[in-house]
Amino acid sequence: MSAQDDPALRRAQEERLRAAWQPPKGLFLRWTDVNNNRVGVWYTLTAFAFMLFAGVLALVMRAQLAVPENDLVSAGTFNQLFTLHGSMMMFLFAVPMFEAVSIILLPQLLGARDLPFPRLSAFGYWSFLIGGVFVGGSIFFNAAPDGGWFMYPPLTTRTDLSGLGADIWMLGLSFIEVSSVAAAVELIVGVLKCRPPGMRLNLMPLYAWYILVVAVMILFAFPPLIAGDILFEMERLLGWPFFDAARGGDPLLWQHLFWIFGHPEVYIVFLPSIALFAMLIPTFAQRHLLGYPWIVLAAVGTAFLSFGLWVHHMFATGLPKISLAFFSAASEVVAIPTGIQVFAFIATLWAGRVIWSTPLLYAVGSIAIFTIGGLTGVMVAIAPFDWQAHDTYFVVAHLHYVLIGGTLLPLFGGLYYYWPLVTGKTLSDRIGRAAFWILFAGANLAFFPMHLSGLAGMPRRVFTYPAELGIGGLNLASTIGAYLSAFGVLLIVIDLALSPRRAKAPRNPWNAGTLEWLSHPDDENWGIRSVPLIESRYPIWDQRDFVAKVDEGRFFLPDAEEGRRETIVTSVLDARPIQVLRLGTPSVIPMLTAVALGSVFILTTFHLYATALAGAVATLACVLTWLWTGTAEIPEKPCKAIGHGLVVPLYLSGPAAGGWWAMFITMMADATAFSGLVFGYYFYWTIHPDFPPPDAAGPGMLWPMAALALTLVGWGATVAARQVHAAGWIGAARALLALAIAATLASLAAGLAGPWTTGLDPARHVYPAIVWTLAIWTAAHAGIGAICQSYALARSLAGRMTPVYDADLRNITVYMHFLALTALVAYATIGLFPEAAA
Amino acid sequence: MRRRLRDRIAGLRATLWTLIVPPATWAAHFLFSYLWAALNCAKIGRFARFPTVFAAGTVAALAIIAAAGWIAYVQARLEGDAPPHDAGTEIDRLRFLARATELLAALSAIGVVFTAVPVIFLTDCR
Ligand code: HEM
Ligand SMILES: [Cu+2]
Repeated sequence: MSAQDDPALRRAQEERLRAAWQPPKGLFLRWTDVNNNRVGVWYTLTAFAFMLFAGVLALVMRAQLAVPENDLVSAGTFNQLFTLHGSMMMFLFAVPMFEAVSIILLPQLLGARDLPFPRLSAFGYWSFLIGGVFVGGSIFFNAAPDGGWFMYPPLTTRTDLSGLGADIWMLGLSFIEVSSVAAAVELIVGVLKCRPPGMRLNLMPLYAWYILVVAVMILFAFPPLIAGDILFEMERLLGWPFFDAARGGDPLLWQHLFWIFGHPEVYIVFLPSIALFAMLIPTFAQRHLLGYPWIVLAAVGTAFLSFGLWVHHMFATGLPKISLAFFSAASEVVAIPTGIQVFAFIATLWAGRVIWSTPLLYAVGSIAIFTIGGLTGVMVAIAPFDWQAHDTYFVVAHLHYVLIGGTLLPLFGGLYYYWPLVTGKTLSDRIGRAAFWILFAGANLAFFPMHLSGLAGMPRRVFTYPAELGIGGLNLASTIGAYLSAFGVLLIVIDLALSPRRAKAPRNPWNAGTLEWLSHPDDENWGIRSVPLIESRYPIWDQRDFVAKVDEGRFFLPDAEEGRRETIVTSVLDARPIQVLRLGTPSVIPMLTAVALGSVFILTTFHLYATALAGAVATLACVLTWLWTGTAEIPEKPCKAIGHGLVVPLYLSGPAAGGWWAMFITMMADATAFSGLVFGYYFYWTIHPDFPPPDAAGPGMLWPMAALALTLVGWGATVAARQVHAAGWIGAARALLALAIAATLASLAAGLAGPWTTGLDPARHVYPAIVWTLAIWTAAHAGIGAICQSYALARSLAGRMTPVYDADLRNITVYMHFLALTALVAYATIGLFPEAAA
Repeated sequence: MRRRLRDRIAGLRATLWTLIVPPATWAAHFLFSYLWAALNCAKIGRFARFPTVFAAGTVAALAIIAAAGWIAYVQARLEGDAPPHDAGTEIDRLRFLARATELLAALSAIGVVFTAVPVIFLTDCR
């Protein structure tokens, strides 16, 4: 007989949980909520709205292209339409949608009360909303970007040829990239550290595997683009000639940085859809998915290989054939893991008793469409064919087959599958099936003819075409198809709109086996009643009385004795419980931080630099307040019982803790962005015989080496501070931190002194420009390092950090490791390499 | 000798980091190939008559992948629980990681070979 048999006890526990998870009420305050159920839903709806908006833009384009020599919209407007359509679909729909859906699903799938950093998710959402409205709204002011979604310079960097739009694209989307990276950190730590006890790596739901893989891909794909954005804006706003061939720059560098991001991006939006299939196919086949390790192999393999493909977008730029061949080869290899995933699904369906539900219909239909896109993909991955098809409608056809089959339709399938989980209601099967067939027919009618019009010679991104080309009929078909698919989408929207009037569905309506279906139609805000012990990949099917045991609080953490929001942190490999994590509660700070940071980007777009600087200061203030009040809180007692005789600590620091991982992961992203800049330096060196130019004096060897030495002193002092602090010598640790601050600040000054004292003029030639960029990047990081060290010192002085509770100090040490590495590479490059190359 | 080695391997721990050794090796080899070609073509104007460096790099990459694959192969066949080997036990978790690593090693080996093939067929930088 266990204590949980007592109904009164259970009621009291539920009361306490309900109180702790109470959402904020009130007209404004409800928007300060940080619970993943709420934020995830806002996120999803917003991304969906952006998709509809971008879809309307596509319809206008298709109307313009319906007949030859049409003049519905001007060429200028058309340029804005396709740029905004493509950019919004990729940056404001496909990627954020995956994050949004994961913020809803992941905690449920992992039986966690919430993800580890709820406030970070809220911050990401508000950044996304602000940035998205800013970029999308620009078209109403005739100020939308018009350089295509890949924004090739030099047309886009010349301010006399492109207006504000290019700045809006660069700065608005950089802001959104920041929020994507934030979400990636949240999701990675969530998957690695917040699984329920017993969910070892080999029991993890495949969705979680995919999310882990995709989030890691974001960490390595987005930062190079951020680096590119920085160079781009430096050129537009300050005239530093990174992409200007006349002053030693090269537009191809942008293409490299863009496609190092751009190709993996395609898989970043595709893998999450496959992940949805991996959840719904076993449900409708009513059996375990076949080939679990094969699918993990496919996900990891695709992720890696997709970083070796970027040059297949640059086949026509005149790179050496041998380089093209490498990328062509990698492009063909990536078909293997993609095929493996598809075959694992087919095999599972084959082996099971298939229930032909609406979500499964979407899944199968989208695989069919995706496969056609994959076949044309193999075609354009062969360089000679690509030279023919490049920048024609053939490519438009290919990319839409892949994106519609690989992203849009799977998401609709996921929508039909998971709607009951989010709202407690099912959508209409009749409407869903009708919408599917209309979408399916419409998409094929819209995009199949484009293969032919492309081969017949229709270039992409033209606002009209002559009648003599004889492609009027094909284009009219495409337009009709586009409107037909829009009608399909409209049906789905109607279905969603009808949903609030429908009756509640039963719990777990599809009879699925995975954890997320524990959710109840009348859901409580606490996420899960008790955190289960997992023994199978499909616990609802395989573990006895599983649902009842969870609901009766018979597993872990059934209570909230201290009235706090809590979840369990476990070890990475074997999910052994190691901590009870106190979660962030509703707060306006995430929203304020997003507004402040957004103002920096938006004001810079309009060249209001002084106000933007004020915004930056406000951002820093917000972040520091957030950290000071909301993180590394010293608990009132060291440990806590979570049931079944398990007692775990309330505080962790170092590599076992979620916060340490978040820091480490963020620094990986930071280091990747930095490598993008360093790549720029060596790229110029490879292609220019005179780089560094013979008349370039700076930055000399002295100052860079001094800066490096000072950084290393700051780094060493911080590491030493961590050691002696842990040994209990608080005074010595504080003194070392003070020394570290002084050294790091001095390194900042010395780093800038190199290019400054040697009079390098960044607007004159690309060499001084890239040297300045590396120096500024490193100096800025030193500045942040000094802030981190001061923060740790202040925490210690305020009594918020002790030798036992030292997460702050351990986390900033991670930062300092990366700073030291950055300084080493940057100063060796600008200080020593010119000597070596000379 | 052979047996002892096997036992040593069986005793090794598999972690998420070991899982990414083969594809990371592919990535390193890929980057190396790209840099090798770009530097040769841009700075020398042709690739050297005998691309010895390239061949050595490729052999090294394949060797690392083969080693990782073999370790995984041994680990994936450790005696342990009954099939289908997907329970939440220590041994099944190890076997799973090893199996995935083994598959990744195969894929990475194909990737490396595919990358190396063009060098055999192409003989200049045009
Ligand atoms: C039925 C729905 C859609 C229609 C009718 C449509 C139509 C179009 C058209 C007409 C273009 C311009 C082609 C050109 O002139 O080069 C275009 C470009 C593009 N579309 Fe779509 N599209 C649809 C859905 C999507 C989706 C779901 C995505 C991504 C998730 C997407 C991503 C893109 C991208 C990236 C471009 C390239 C933009 C550029 O060249 O800068 N589209 N689309
Ligand atoms: Cu690509």
